[in-house]
Amino acid sequence: MSVTLLKFCLKCPLRSVIRVSMCAMCTAQGGPQEHLGWTTDSRYGPLYRGHIHTNPIQKALLAVGSGLAALQNPYRHDMVAVLGETTGHLALLRLRERMRADPEGSTVLQERPQIRHCTLDLPTLAALPDGSLGREYLRFLTANRVTPDSRAQVKFVDDEELAFVMLRYREVHDLLHTLLGMPTNMLGEVAVKCFEAVQTGLPMCILGAALGPLRLSASRRQLLLTCLGPWALRNGQRARCVLSIYYEHRWEQSLESLREELDIEPPPVTLSTTKKTAGH
Amino acid sequence: MAAPCKPCIRAALLGAFAFTRGVLNSRVAVRTYASDSRDGEGMAHFGFQSVPEGEKAEKVYKVFESVAQKYDIMNDAMSLGVHRLWKDALLRIMNPLPGCRLLDVAGGTGDISFRFLEYVRNQQERLLRRTMRKHQTPTWHEIAASYTSQQATVLGGSRAVVCDINKEMLKVGRQRAKDLSYGTGLSWVVGDAEELPFEDDQFDIYSIAFGIRNVTHMDKALQEAHRVLKPGGRFLCLEFSHVSNPVLSRIYDAYSFQLIPVIGEVIAGDWNSYQYLVESIRRFPDQETFSHMMAEAGFFSVRFTNLTAGVVAVHSGFKL
Repeated sequence: MSVTLLKFCLKCPLRSVIRVSMCAMCTAQGGPQEHLGWTTDSRYGPLYRGHIHTNPIQKALLAVGSGLAALQNPYRHDMVAVLGETTGHLALLRLRERMRADPEGSTVLQERPQIRHCTLDLPTLAALPDGSLGREYLRFLTANRVTPDSRAQVKFVDDEELAFVMLRYREVHDLLHTLLGMPTNMLGEVAVKCFEAVQTGLPMCILGAALGPLRLSASRRQLLLTCLGPWALRNGQRARCVLSIYYEHRWEQSLESLREELDIEPPPVTLSTTKKTAGH
Repeated sequence: MAAPCKPCIRAALLGAFAFTRGVLNSRVAVRTYASDSRDGEGMAHFGFQSVPEGEKAEKVYKVFESVAQKYDIMNDAMSLGVHRLWKDALLRIMNPLPGCRLLDVAGGTGDISFRFLEYVRNQQERLLRRTMRKHQTPTWHEIAASYTSQQATVLGGSRAVVCDINKEMLKVGRQRAKDLSYGTGLSWVVGDAEELPFEDDQFDIYSIAFGIRNVTHMDKALQEAHRVLKPGGRFLCLEFSHVSNPVLSRIYDAYSFQLIPVIGEVIAGDWNSYQYLVESIRRFPDQETFSHMMAEAGFFSVRFTNLTAGVVAVHSGFKL
């Protein structure tokens, strides 16, 4: 990795909109100076890999822009991700508190497990019995042709631990599909968003749950409003915080026992994985 | 509706404060311009970073590979469409006549070449109309001769060669050419501005629009330009430059560093490439320094014209 040498301290002119502390050399000289500075120090560099410093105005513009872009094209997952990051500060704080209050959750926060293609032992998961979390998760991944590596990187969260909470939320999203038995078509996504909206309180989930039904066909919207929606909201309310679960230790556990433990009812209808073409 | 909560008020005030502080404080950070793009031994600058020379070309390649698809949309969004006026101004300064051969370096998506062909076509039409008016009763010999002569063709023998180091940009350019049905008189060549794949004394006009700041060794690029131009040929460079007006400069800096990466993230999903873009603009030498570089490379009658108060400058020089 190349070390970046700058001709000026990051506190100086152009970077003064970023709220970072002055580097040691500038502090010693009593003010911002023009000099070589090291950016590998996390004090005034990125807080984590992929982190980009933004001030509140930029965050507001990103939120509005990404919201419009996501509305215009819901398949732009990166825009949905940016919307979640820029609007979700309070919700992330609340989520972190909930995780800390839970013993398993605080273990997750400490150990920082990641669900990625390289950390998943696919042959072992495939060998598990049907109905176990691992086997059903693998079945969900192959049936919907998704991979855990297509997660967007967290970029605009200005706290390293909250960035992990956001990342964990994205990784758990697929597992929620499995837990709730919802496919990745529009209807299934909206149902999961309803559940997440109540569970996490992220504005992006609330917006998704509110505006998603507009893109559904009449019959699917009816199904959502009468059956799936109330079920998702009810369960989101009463279920334990889904981010606090150490899923990596529970691959062998059966789905039913996990649902019972989390206080989630099984899905009222079994949805197929068919995706309607544009205009669903 | 309930009053906004305290954290929101604080965030809004902080945001407004930070933004105005950004406008008031934003100055061009690099006060001394290097005469070439080298910082230390074997290091080149990539925006505000310093990278080994060998790496810069690769990093620039990756930047343009990722932005190629949305390049034109982003240009319109970032400059609010003004880039079209800048390119039109370049063509007016260039004033090509039918029969000219253009080398459009870093031409990528073909904006300059398309405008060149349009301009030459219009010039040719005017020329033909004028000759028609003069020769009201041409003989059969003259009419037959006009069918075969090159002067009577649509472009008058003009040709534009689009040269770019990045294949993705050329791909986008070729697709655009097809969509806009520019076929005749256009060639697409992959080439490095520091080492052009052409022989000496080939072209009448060499133009490089918004490309020379991405080149690792600008002096080599200028020498190559001098080499491939015919004697009497013209070198034209359209590039972002130094705004001398202090008020405008601060507004421009604030806009560049605050808004452009945000637009890049929303439209193209790529913050870092557009951060590189605005940083590389600040690293480029100012108008006088670049004129000296051109003179050193052997160009005569070096002039520059500021457009939009210095946001963009057109440099022109001749090979004699």
